[in-house]
Amino acid sequence: MKFAVLQFPGSNCDQDFLRAVRDVLGSPARMVWHKETEIDPEETVLVPGGFSYGDYLRCGAIAQFSPVMNAVKVAAERGQTILGVCNGFQILCESGLLPGALVRNRDLHFICETIHLRIDNSRTRLTHELKDGDVLRIPIAHGEGNYRVDLETLQDMEAHGQIVFRYVDHDGKDSDSANPNGSLSNIAGICNRSGNVFGMMPHPERAVEDLLGSSDGLKLLKSLLSYA
Amino acid sequence: MSEPEITPDLIEKHGITQEEYIRIQEILGRDPNFTELGIFSVMWSEHCSYKNSKPELRKFPTTGDKVLVKAGEENAGVLDIGENMAVSFKIESHNHPSAVEPFQGAATGVGGILRDIFTMGARPVANLNSLRFGPITGDSLESKRNRMLLSGVVKGIAHYGNCIGVPTVGGEVVFDPSYNGNPLVNAFSLGILRHDQIRRGAASGVGNPVFYVGAKTGRDGLAGAAFASRDLTEESKEDRPAVQVGDPFMEKLLLEACLELFEHPEAVVGVQDMGAAGLTCSTIETASRGGSGVEVDLNKVPQRESGMTPYEIMLSESQERMLIIVKKGFEDEVRSIFAKWDLDAAEIGYVTDTGKTVIKVGSEVVADVPARELADDGPVYHREVRKPEKLADLQTFNFEKEIPKPDVASCSQALKTLLGAPSLASKRWIFRQYDQQVQKNTVLVPGSDAAVIRVESEQGGDSRFIAMSADCNGRYCALDPRRGAMIAVAESARNCTMTGALPIGCTDNLNFGNPHDPEIFWQFRESVEGMAEACRAFNTPVTGGNVSLYNQNPRGAIDPTPVMAMVGLMEKEADITPSSFQAAGETILLVGGFGSEMGASAYLFEVLGIKRGLPPEMNLEKEVNFQNSVRELIQKGWVSSAHDLSDGGLAVALAECCFDKQVGASVNLSDCPERMDIALFNESQGRAVLAVESEKVADIQEHLQSREIDMIVLGITNASGHLSIELGSESLNCSIEELCETYESSIPNCMVK
Repeated sequence: MKFAVLQFPGSNCDQDFLRAVRDVLGSPARMVWHKETEIDPEETVLVPGGFSYGDYLRCGAIAQFSPVMNAVKVAAERGQTILGVCNGFQILCESGLLPGALVRNRDLHFICETIHLRIDNSRTRLTHELKDGDVLRIPIAHGEGNYRVDLETLQDMEAHGQIVFRYVDHDGKDSDSANPNGSLSNIAGICNRSGNVFGMMPHPERAVEDLLGSSDGLKLLKSLLSYA
Repeated sequence: MSEPEITPDLIEKHGITQEEYIRIQEILGRDPNFTELGIFSVMWSEHCSYKNSKPELRKFPTTGDKVLVKAGEENAGVLDIGENMAVSFKIESHNHPSAVEPFQGAATGVGGILRDIFTMGARPVANLNSLRFGPITGDSLESKRNRMLLSGVVKGIAHYGNCIGVPTVGGEVVFDPSYNGNPLVNAFSLGILRHDQIRRGAASGVGNPVFYVGAKTGRDGLAGAAFASRDLTEESKEDRPAVQVGDPFMEKLLLEACLELFEHPEAVVGVQDMGAAGLTCSTIETASRGGSGVEVDLNKVPQRESGMTPYEIMLSESQERMLIIVKKGFEDEVRSIFAKWDLDAAEIGYVTDTGKTVIKVGSEVVADVPARELADDGPVYHREVRKPEKLADLQTFNFEKEIPKPDVASCSQALKTLLGAPSLASKRWIFRQYDQQVQKNTVLVPGSDAAVIRVESEQGGDSRFIAMSADCNGRYCALDPRRGAMIAVAESARNCTMTGALPIGCTDNLNFGNPHDPEIFWQFRESVEGMAEACRAFNTPVTGGNVSLYNQNPRGAIDPTPVMAMVGLMEKEADITPSSFQAAGETILLVGGFGSEMGASAYLFEVLGIKRGLPPEMNLEKEVNFQNSVRELIQKGWVSSAHDLSDGGLAVALAECCFDKQVGASVNLSDCPERMDIALFNESQGRAVLAVESEKVADIQEHLQSREIDMIVLGITNASGHLSIELGSESLNCSIEELCETYESSIPNCMVK
């Protein structure tokens, strides 16, 4: 298995993701320029954060038309793992690979801080090295992370274990005060019905070294590696 | 092309004096045309020429064994940090634009300083900012306006820094009525590079092509440099076209494209960003530095709007543009890199040996000016100075006589007032809007004494760590500019020292009122001399900086605000030291003595509403010895946390140490010979609170004694959830949760109004 880190104009967590999986996790990885049209069937695709195309129009709205996104859709249909973080999550929603949308944070501010995240489905490719209810400390850094989806879809997602992460307090309770951005049902990360496409607002690639505050993100990246 | 006639009125509107006009006639040997008049006007503005400040700025120390690029040589200075790595950093103001358009003003301030850094060949890795506003508390129109300014400026900084992906890792924010109507926005950026990656901004090699890359030129920011070199008035709002509009996405592409191009050093002769005075400044400065000439054709300049005149194209300050002098034969290489990033790269001219910058539209010459004379031989003024008449009276203040001795309850209340004063309170509301972590090198985040980032070795060696802090106490500077400026240097160095770093160099941002006022210029000169002396004492050369004058409106000038941004170096990860208490059961030490000075203090100002007295004494020799000694203790591995004493003195410092990990503390000040209020809140310099393991106390005592530094064992950290301070027979006892709530909620509570 190899990691493929997409690089759009305006991506700014692309290098961070590459360093996390290549240098810290020690896995083969490459950058994929947005004008490329092929994704290798062996590759796990990482869609990094940032401000693709300046987030003009809507976050992630323009990136979905990049040539590489056709290849990502093909890879998703082939069952390859796709993980979008922050702006990457927004791009996957805009592309229709994940349900729902991410709108402006409840308090209308960009928020950068380390939050607590609960694993609500540990039977996925991204979380299988953890247990349900485990709480991780992982940073968020976004202005539009307020997850929205219609109620019917939400119930459907719940029923199929598609709610992977929720914002919680340090005791693991998904209280309103633990919800940094107003997301519906404290949702911080989801997957598609087939369980191969993931989107999350928190940045696991930023939480891979204790020196920088937390290495909890490594547990998620290791799960991806050991699944393959 | 018909251009306005040059009339005395038009000359005056360009801010050019009669003497300066005669000088222009001498240089050209004729009258300038309209475009040339505009070129001289921006090049000779204070913002670009430093005509009022240059003689003073020469007093700064600029050399040292770590200096690779000196102040004034290029867009930003460069310092060696070992392992073949270097840092390039600089601070720059965007005060005037932020006063009339806070969001774009602050955003483009960040954009501008970032360009200065990557022009040097460095990748920007950390931003700081130093901000000043009028008070944000209360319901007056003025404080509503100040809240609007704060909110807009913070959003602007966040917008630009977050989008381009450079973490904003720290800074300082202070509120004082002197900044009503004149907010200050000083943006600092630091980049890292290998020694061989340093790029220069000189045009050399006759016939080498001149490329224009980045965004298209529009009518925004027309003559912004000249705008920034005037007082702000009611009419300043009409100058809004002088405020530029920023596009961080465009700059991100420009940054990546430029750094990719710089990986081909054989292709690039020189690089210059188009900041203040845009195309004018960049063509003239590159030619002047190269001892060459430059000829460009404005028809080839990518333009966003039609029908722009040569005057408008030359004076536009449209953002996200660079001038690159390319080695002949490498044109296609440059074009293909910029095409990859979907950016314009237009060959607009070439290098000549005429010593002139010649601007053409097609074959018609629209400006023909000598480069070196414009860049280097501008007017220089030796301004008159006069010590302000009121100063002696303001400095006279006998604290113990004038202020009745308070009881414990009022001291306890005073501590809460100080912690809840927006200037001292938590800035979380502000910095959580900044991405502090992108690029994954931020070790100590905003809220610690200095920010610390990691610099990974490119040669497989150990990482190094860079500490940064920006500081200035404007109240000290108002009451004694020389001492205040020395303290700004000492405090920024002290903040770096507390994290374990050795200060290696600095950049200054000198914010003052109108230099034509002799009392203002006295403040300026005193501050520069104080700063220069302190920089020599710390052996920290000034690698560049910025002067912002005319921070003045009809109600008066700002307090003198010479901001110092210090950069420190740490070679070992183990030396990185936090500012707050880490665990219960550690011994709390006060290093540097009990202190006694209350003049100009935060206690006087925030609690009693008095801005008087002499700021604390600054004995540079003592301060340097103090800082070196604390750093030695840290390097010996004896220190768990270190926090310097500044605004609000010991009591505020102790409270701040308790917050992060909610560690309690029990300390005894009964041995302090001073009154309770003085013991708790004095701001004598050269002091710090350390937490250490108890078995280390004797060693530390011995070490400090050998350095002739006072050390007092204050008490112990605990898990009581309280900060209790014994004061003789009485004691002050506060719940940390309560203090923390006051500290954290102050600014958010102001901003919901």
